[in-house]
Amino acid sequence: MAGATTQLGPHASFPNEASAGARLAVRDVSKTYDTDGASVEALKGCSIEVEAGAFVAIVGPSGCGKSTLLNMIAGFDTVSGGEIYMDGRLVAAPGLPPRAGPDRVVVFQNGALFPWKTVLENVSYGPVRQRTLTRKQAENKAVELLRACKLDAVAGAYPAQLSSGMQRRVEIARALMNEPRVLLLDEPFRAMDSVSKTTMHRHLLDMYRISRKTILFITHDLEEAIYLADSVIVMTTRPAMIKLVISVKLQRPRHPRILFSREYLELKREAAESVHEEARKAFERGEREQA
Amino acid sequence: MRSRRFWMMWVGYLGAAALWYASVKWLPIASFQRLPDPVTVITEWLSPNPTYGISIFTYPYYLHILNSTYRATAAFLLATLLGVPLGICMGWSEIFHRYASPLLGLLRPVPPLAWVPLAILIFSGIESAVIFVTFLVAFYATTLNTVVGVRAIEPDYFRASACLGASRRDILVDVIIPGALPNIFTGLQIAMGAAWFSLAAGEMIAAQYGLGFLIMESYNLIQFPTIVIAMATLGIVGFLSSMLIRTLGRRLMRWREQTLGFAG
Repeated sequence: MAGATTQLGPHASFPNEASAGARLAVRDVSKTYDTDGASVEALKGCSIEVEAGAFVAIVGPSGCGKSTLLNMIAGFDTVSGGEIYMDGRLVAAPGLPPRAGPDRVVVFQNGALFPWKTVLENVSYGPVRQRTLTRKQAENKAVELLRACKLDAVAGAYPAQLSSGMQRRVEIARALMNEPRVLLLDEPFRAMDSVSKTTMHRHLLDMYRISRKTILFITHDLEEAIYLADSVIVMTTRPAMIKLVISVKLQRPRHPRILFSREYLELKREAAESVHEEARKAFERGEREQA
Repeated sequence: MRSRRFWMMWVGYLGAAALWYASVKWLPIASFQRLPDPVTVITEWLSPNPTYGISIFTYPYYLHILNSTYRATAAFLLATLLGVPLGICMGWSEIFHRYASPLLGLLRPVPPLAWVPLAILIFSGIESAVIFVTFLVAFYATTLNTVVGVRAIEPDYFRASACLGASRRDILVDVIIPGALPNIFTGLQIAMGAAWFSLAAGEMIAAQYGLGFLIMESYNLIQFPTIVIAMATLGIVGFLSSMLIRTLGRRLMRWREQTLGFAG
């Protein structure tokens, strides 16, 4: 599966709205780290074509290189091989200095709201710094967005005063504020309990429905991936390759009750088998390395 | 009604004063008996007509305080003005750090007072020499804590600001300065404390006014209660200046408080 290009689009149950998202093309991308002369291959021959407005989840065992892929798409890290395109524009290739920008905004695993700025200042930050809006305009737009996300009550608060779930919602709002073409979420709900997670899923699906961005969502939680995404990419252990792509043809908007539907459970079973096989391989290899 | 903490503080103060009184008045140690007891000191301190010429009612007392405060403030401001930018450069740029860090590592262990003779030669005056010596210790504390502060900033904040379209200048203003501020203020507090003790030592060696000078002069003139008055005054002024920095720091870093709770 590694070499073959994978075509991923939003499911047909979505009405044909004009999408604000971009097409994202990852072509034969690999990543090798050189540490003390020894080179470690983190990612190998990874090709993904994501259609505009699609919600794609990437699942794989911890430490498999999912975040490496995301960092290269975001422009935090160089690629060792292959190319990444957004709407046909080359954004990453070997020798090209990595460049992050507001067209691809990341929501971080541990949260990266500026603790010294209020919620309103955080959310209006992007457009002010890009000089696309004046501070006043940006704040007005931020207030509107916060209201749409039901976060207007905390506009004046500092992040430390919010729960982690609330912080994550604000961070997603801060990302959406820039009208990114692609939203990159790096295990954003990792440290949350299952109840908060369910709430966060609902909020994220709401935001996705409103904004129609292309979303790349990284997680190690299979159920979450299937519940949220149109396609789930299962990656292998290091060096990470694409092992399996699951197309999730579940109706949108999605309601938590689909978690008990036959379709969902069948998808989950199929994916779980494949992921467990990978986890077992990783485990065994780990033991061999110990021996 | 005052809090328990308030009364405990006074019990501590009075207990120490009682111990002091007892050891001076009643202990059969000759060298202790030469020392002034707390009652004598307080009486002298508050006297409109002090035996040795220094009390809260005399002009020279404030002249000494003013001189010391001026020197400490000048040294502290200079240290902040030079130390914070240097620390930011060192924390931000690895190359800069490689140049400056070994040099600082070598200079820092040199005791500040060892600089006095050279400082007098360089600045051709006692006043600037004392300020320079005071400045040095404050400068090290400020610089090194700023470096630590910048390096402790969560890397994701830099990535987030790059994502959101921030320029290098924006990153300095929006990430580096506020991110390093907690450590910078820790450094400033240490710097202020260090400035005072280095200042007192400097004044003892080379000065014509100031609390450190007053201590040494009173010793030479056998005016022992005045020594203690000057020492206590140093304590009070040092404490107040640290408090001032703490208060300022708390004002600038309201975002660290977690008082209000919002459910998520």
